[in-house]
Amino acid sequence: MLAAGLAIGAAAALPVAYLAITVGGSLDEAIDTLWRERTVRLVLRSVGLAGAVTVGSLALALPLAWLTARTDLPARRAWTVLTLLPLVIPSYIGAYLIVSALGPRGLVQDALEGPFGVERLPSIYGFSGALLTLVLFTYPLALLTVRAALGRLDPQLEEAARGMGRSGWGVYRSVILPQLAPAIGASALLVSLYALHDFGAVSILRFDSFTRVIYTAYGTGSRTAAAALASLLVIVMLAVVWLEGRTRRRRAYHRSAPGSARPVTIVALGRWRWPAVGLCASVVLLALVLPVGVLVYWSMQSVAGSPDWAAIGAGAGNSLIAAGMAAAVAAICALPVALLSVRFPGSAAALVERASYSGYALPGVVVALALVFFGTRVVPVLYQSLAMLVFAWVVLFLPQAIGSTRASLLQVSPRVEEAARSMGRSPLNVLRTVTAPLAASGVLAGAALVFLTAVKELPAALILAPIGFDTLSTEIWRATSVGFFERGAVPSLVLLVVSALPLYLLTARGQ
Amino acid sequence: MRKPLTILGLLIAAALSGCGFGGGGGSGELTIYSGRDQDLIAPLLERYAEQEGVDVKVRYGSTPELAATINEEGDASPADVYLSQDAGALGSLQSEGRLERLPAEMLERVDRRFRSPQGDWVGISARARIVAYDKRRLKKSDLPRSVLGLSASRWKGKVGWAPTNASFEGFVTAMRKTEGEAGAERWLRAMKAGDTQAYENNIAIRDAVAKGEIEVGLINHYYVAEARAEEGPDYPVGVFEPPGGDPGALVNVAGAGVVTGSDHEGRAREFISFLLSAQAQRYFADRTKEYPLAAGVRPERGLVPLRSIEQPDVDLSDLADLQGTIDLLERTGVL
Repeated sequence: MLAAGLAIGAAAALPVAYLAITVGGSLDEAIDTLWRERTVRLVLRSVGLAGAVTVGSLALALPLAWLTARTDLPARRAWTVLTLLPLVIPSYIGAYLIVSALGPRGLVQDALEGPFGVERLPSIYGFSGALLTLVLFTYPLALLTVRAALGRLDPQLEEAARGMGRSGWGVYRSVILPQLAPAIGASALLVSLYALHDFGAVSILRFDSFTRVIYTAYGTGSRTAAAALASLLVIVMLAVVWLEGRTRRRRAYHRSAPGSARPVTIVALGRWRWPAVGLCASVVLLALVLPVGVLVYWSMQSVAGSPDWAAIGAGAGNSLIAAGMAAAVAAICALPVALLSVRFPGSAAALVERASYSGYALPGVVVALALVFFGTRVVPVLYQSLAMLVFAWVVLFLPQAIGSTRASLLQVSPRVEEAARSMGRSPLNVLRTVTAPLAASGVLAGAALVFLTAVKELPAALILAPIGFDTLSTEIWRATSVGFFERGAVPSLVLLVVSALPLYLLTARGQ
Repeated sequence: MRKPLTILGLLIAAALSGCGFGGGGGSGELTIYSGRDQDLIAPLLERYAEQEGVDVKVRYGSTPELAATINEEGDASPADVYLSQDAGALGSLQSEGRLERLPAEMLERVDRRFRSPQGDWVGISARARIVAYDKRRLKKSDLPRSVLGLSASRWKGKVGWAPTNASFEGFVTAMRKTEGEAGAERWLRAMKAGDTQAYENNIAIRDAVAKGEIEVGLINHYYVAEARAEEGPDYPVGVFEPPGGDPGALVNVAGAGVVTGSDHEGRAREFISFLLSAQAQRYFADRTKEYPLAAGVRPERGLVPLRSIEQPDVDLSDLADLQGTIDLLERTGVL
């Protein structure tokens, strides 16, 4: 187990090794880059954005998770899928749509100019625009994780609390929220690191964050400067991971007593039904209906110009295969890492888990270039093969699988495993027949997350895929990079549909 | 758990068997890393593949990312040829020693302004920065002789630019060379104070001039040439090239180089030679409305001849200094 974990951790830490080699190669220049006042500002700005995005995402995700998992919300199944769907909108598309709606001379200003003579809206560029975009398109990361945990909570604890006279809100606060702590922590980690590494939103909304500066540094050929800044980003990431680790207290999150799982109780919303629907509807309207509406409108204009359906079909197939493989591999790799950290906490486990986060905190271009560096030198046979791309995506998105697997493992009582062991089963057998099935919903949620993020990933797909292996995201990029957003609309919609399928299966299964 | 594992194994096997392109050596192969858009360049590459019977493999990506990729790949790079959207990225590969020297007779087919002084890359087609103006409201003589004059109060709120656009940034880099850091900073601050309108890209600026939203826009020449070809001679946007070596008339190139360590160096050179041939140059003139740079091919009718544009005194390889420009744009609040 430890060996598997260490191997996975080492693989995931490859980008860090690459950074160390590059920075070590010309240390003076690297120190020169970092030793500037601007660097401090960069750190503060990036951390500020990541923190604000995390708070915003959780503020949306927690009520939505509870409403869609534990109440008699009308059309609950539909809201479950709809509130998760914004996850499939790539941040670069989301940001572009936000700008075309709220930017200078955008749709909203146009609409206000006629009747009210509004000639200029407050600028969408900068912090506020980046915050809005990132919250709208990352809250589902938290929602998926928290929702999976909510569905697995032991109803006995709540019943006990209720039996002792606690009100609905009291139960939520004193029983449910603390039990959700690991899932909330995992979500916060995922969202904040996502915000740190995202490039699409910050570049379109012109927020000067780490990633944007790293990209320009690579663009100008100063790879040492880029690597130095990326190393600093790794340190920031380690601080965030450490912070999350501190908030995990050693507590039991599994069922209080043996017994078969019962379905969770459903709370009747009563007169709060319609306000609750209103909340779901307004989130879905902003994060899903508006962007998709614009995409559909553009698609119709583009269909008139007969898009290349064969290419889009091939792209969809390639995306499905590659992202599906990445999801499966990531889910399998996440299991030993999560098990180590839950069952055998210690410095080795902590090291492995932290190492596995390093790819996720780094901008895609850094991870892709790190694998270019090692791929050409160590495994030239595999360089620019599909296996390489899948590997890159696993390195990039492994933490998404670990976070939700870990949260679900915490809810499996070690006593069940011990019982199986005492009946003479081998550890591997226990893992396969007892632990994995019990944690299945978390493992699946993790795999789905990896799939959804990988399918829209861009830099690694462009740099590492086999030549001629077009995915939906590279097709969207090709259209949008020359300014033809209309032409990118059809592949974007196909991307949405491809991603919606696993999401639907997942939530349907969870009911 | 067993089933997914089996499926995964099959998928991996399928993936590995699908990528069996062995280590080169086979006759008639050429790998191109293209920072130029697929839509635009693919027909030309297909024509080459067909004529020469060469199996052309192309990796498309953004110009700077592909340059960074070649840097990381080092001598093991599968790329034989690098096609770039601008001279700056070629300059950065050149300074990392990642480009082969090109033969003199090939370089000499292109004016020395549009190729590397060291001979590591050559321009294939050129794009000129121009001042686009609203012909309904302005005559050419109303415009200042230099873009520096656009900071005057007469133009307050009437000028458009695209600060995040790579060719705008190239223009600012050129201005830093011709006017000095302080001069460029003064101009940017004055323009910012003069309420210059920021747009997402060149097309948006052109369309804003055509709609009469602004009177003047700083863009590349071919955006106007394309629209004029589509809309006819009544198209309301005119083009002005500031004279006297003004940075506002910078001519940048899309170019090519042979990647160091290429297994097909001879063929790579032949391919670049093809790009400089009459048929390829004609393709750029017709299809992209860029300036052809070789083989005596004339540009699209209606374009000012390239030799009458007075290129500012800038070595195009120096446009690689993008970081300094970004810093300046941020310091002045333009970005």
